[in-house]
Amino acid sequence: MPIANHHSTVPVTVDEDKCIADKGCTVCIDVCPLDVLWINEDTGKAHMKYDECWYCMPCEADCPTDAVTVNIPYLLS
Amino acid sequence: MMKINDIPVIDTDVLVIGGGTAGPMAAVTAKEQDPNLKVMLLEKANVKRSGAISMGMDGLNNAVVPGHATPEQYVKEITIANDGVVHQPALMAYATRSFPMIEKLDSWGVHFQKDETGDYDMKKVHHLGTYVLPMPEGHNVKKILYRRLRRNRVEIENRYTATRLLKDPDGNIAGMIGVNTRTAEPIIIRAKAVIMATGAAGRIGLPTSGYLFGTYENPANNGDGHAMAYHAGADLANLECYQVNPLLKDYNGPACAYVTGPLGGFTSNAFGERFIECDYWSGQMMLEFFKELESGTGPVFLKLDHLAEETIQEIETVLHTNERPSRGRFHEGRNVNYRQRMVEMHISEIGFCSGHSASGVWTDETGATTVPGLYGAGDMASVPHNYMLGAFVYGQICGESAAEFVKTRGDIKLDEDFIVAELERIQAPMKRADGIPPEQMEYKVRRLVNDYLQPPKVTKKMEIGLERILNVRKDVDKLCARDPHELLRAMEVQSIIDCAEMAARASLYRTESRWGLYHYRVDCPEQNNEDWFCHTRLYKDENGNMASGKRPIADYIVSLGEEKDAYNKLRVQKAANA
Repeated sequence: MPIANHHSTVPVTVDEDKCIADKGCTVCIDVCPLDVLWINEDTGKAHMKYDECWYCMPCEADCPTDAVTVNIPYLLS
Repeated sequence: MMKINDIPVIDTDVLVIGGGTAGPMAAVTAKEQDPNLKVMLLEKANVKRSGAISMGMDGLNNAVVPGHATPEQYVKEITIANDGVVHQPALMAYATRSFPMIEKLDSWGVHFQKDETGDYDMKKVHHLGTYVLPMPEGHNVKKILYRRLRRNRVEIENRYTATRLLKDPDGNIAGMIGVNTRTAEPIIIRAKAVIMATGAAGRIGLPTSGYLFGTYENPANNGDGHAMAYHAGADLANLECYQVNPLLKDYNGPACAYVTGPLGGFTSNAFGERFIECDYWSGQMMLEFFKELESGTGPVFLKLDHLAEETIQEIETVLHTNERPSRGRFHEGRNVNYRQRMVEMHISEIGFCSGHSASGVWTDETGATTVPGLYGAGDMASVPHNYMLGAFVYGQICGESAAEFVKTRGDIKLDEDFIVAELERIQAPMKRADGIPPEQMEYKVRRLVNDYLQPPKVTKKMEIGLERILNVRKDVDKLCARDPHELLRAMEVQSIIDCAEMAARASLYRTESRWGLYHYRVDCPEQNNEDWFCHTRLYKDENGNMASGKRPIADYIVSLGEEKDAYNKLRVQKAANA
C-alpha cells in the first residue's frame, strides 16, 4: 500500500537560542519515556520528532537551560 | 561467548524487565540479598524518568500504618472491594510488609506527610478504613530509586524493549530477547531468574480525545509484559476485571479523590450534589459514576468551588507539581479555575492494571508466576489494589524470591530455533518498504476495543469485536517501520493486539456481572457466586490457542463478617421525605 505523510502540530517546543544540545547535552532526549525527542540534524538542537507525547514534563523539568516547554496536545487542549 | 546469528548472548543471574517502580526495588533487593549476584535492569525508556511515577507521586493509597489500621483490616477491605475474588495470602503478604516498606523509603529520603507529633498523617478515603498517606513532596521518588540502583551496582540497560521471554527445555525461565529502540539492534539475555515489572496494559483502549498517547497510564506501559507472559505459557488472571478510572474530562490526570477528598473536595453531579458515599476507586464506585454520567443529572464533576482560598491553593500546589503536573496548564488553556466552577469529569479508556483493579499475570504471595523462575511485580501482576506501595513491596518480595531461585540453577540451555524465529519477527517490519504503519494499525485495534469491549459489556458486541480484532491480527505481516522508533511501535502494537484479544475472550468467558462497572455484563446482570466465585485463568494451551479456565479461591485467612456487602451500598441514599 502506498504511504502518505501527514502533518501534525506537536506539543513540545524547544527554544533554540537556549538549547545546548549542539554542545553535547542530551538531558531532555534521555528522560523522555516515549523517546520522541531527537536531535534535529539540520540545527543540532533538540526537537520533538514524533507526535506521541504524554505531556508528563520531565523534559521541561530537567532541562538545564529552561529551553523546553510542554504544551497540551491540540486534540485535547 | 555464545552467539546466535552473530549476536552475543549476555549472561546474568537475575534479569529485571522494567525500571519504573517495582523494577528498581526488585533489582536493589536482589543485590541486597547477595551482592555477588549479577543483576541487570532492562528499561524501554530511561530508568531516571520511566514508568508510572516519572514525575513522582502525591500519596500512598494503601498504607497500613500501626495505630491507624491492621493488616487484617486491610485484607478484609480489599477483599470486599473486589467482590471476594482475591488471593488473600498475597494481600496479607503486602499488608504485613506495607509499614516496613514505608520506613525503608523514609530512610532513603522519600518524604511522607507527618502531623505535629511526628506521626504519619493518615487520611480516610476508603469506605471502611484509613489507608491514605499524603506525600506532597513526592516528586523526587525516581531520583531516590536511581541513586539506590547506582549504589548497589545494578547493571542498567536503557532503551531496550523486551519482546519475548525464553524458556529452557524443562519449562523454566531462561531469559529474554529484545531490541534496542534507537538502533534496532537485537539483544539476547540468558538469565537464571526473570522479574517482570512492565506496568499496566494501558494502551488498549482509545482516550475519548482521540489522542493515542493521551492514556491514563504512561503509554510506554502498553501490555508488553502481559503479552510476553502469555506467550511464555504463564497464567493471566481475571482480565475481565478491567481498569476504568474517573478522570478529568479530556485530561488524563485523576480527579483526585485522594488529594482533594480529605480537604473537602468531592465528586458531584451537575447540580453540585454528592452521589457516592466514598471516592475510593472500586468497580462499584465506578458503576455509580457511570450511571450518573449517563443520567439526567450528569455529567459528573469534581467540586472544589466551595472551598476556602488557602485550601484550594494547597490542592493546586500538590496537583500541579506531582504525578501529572501539566494539569495546571490544561486548566489554564480552558480558563478553568477551581475557585469559580466545578471541573467536568469522565471515565478513562479500559486497561489491565492491578494497581487500581485486580487483573494481570497471576502471581502468588512469593511473586511467582506459573512459569518456574519468572516473577511479576507492580501493575502487571495480579495482586489487587496494589498502587505504588504494593509495587515496591512486591518488587522487594520478587527480588528475594529470585535471589533464592538462582541458587538452584545450573547451566541453562537456550532454544536456538525459537530465538532465530523471534529475531525474524523483530526484523520483519523494517525489511518492508511499504505496508501498514504501526500508528494506523494501533488506532484501528484500539478503536475496536472502545466500540465493542468497554463496559457495559454485551455478548454479541464482544463476539463481533473479537472477530474484528482477529482480522487486524492477520495484517501484522504487513506492518512496516521506517526507522528503529517505528519498529518499537510496531512491536508494541502486536502486544496491544494480544491484549485486546485477551480482554475480549476473558470478558466472554465470565458469564455473570462482577466488580461493578469493570465487568458489567448487561445480558448477565447478576452476580452468580455458585458458578463464578473463582479466579478466571487465561493461558496459551498445548495447541497454541488462547484458552480460559477457572482457579479456585484459596481459603480466606481473614473472614469478612457483617461488612461483607459494604461496597454494594456506595450510592448516597436520599431520605424518604426528601
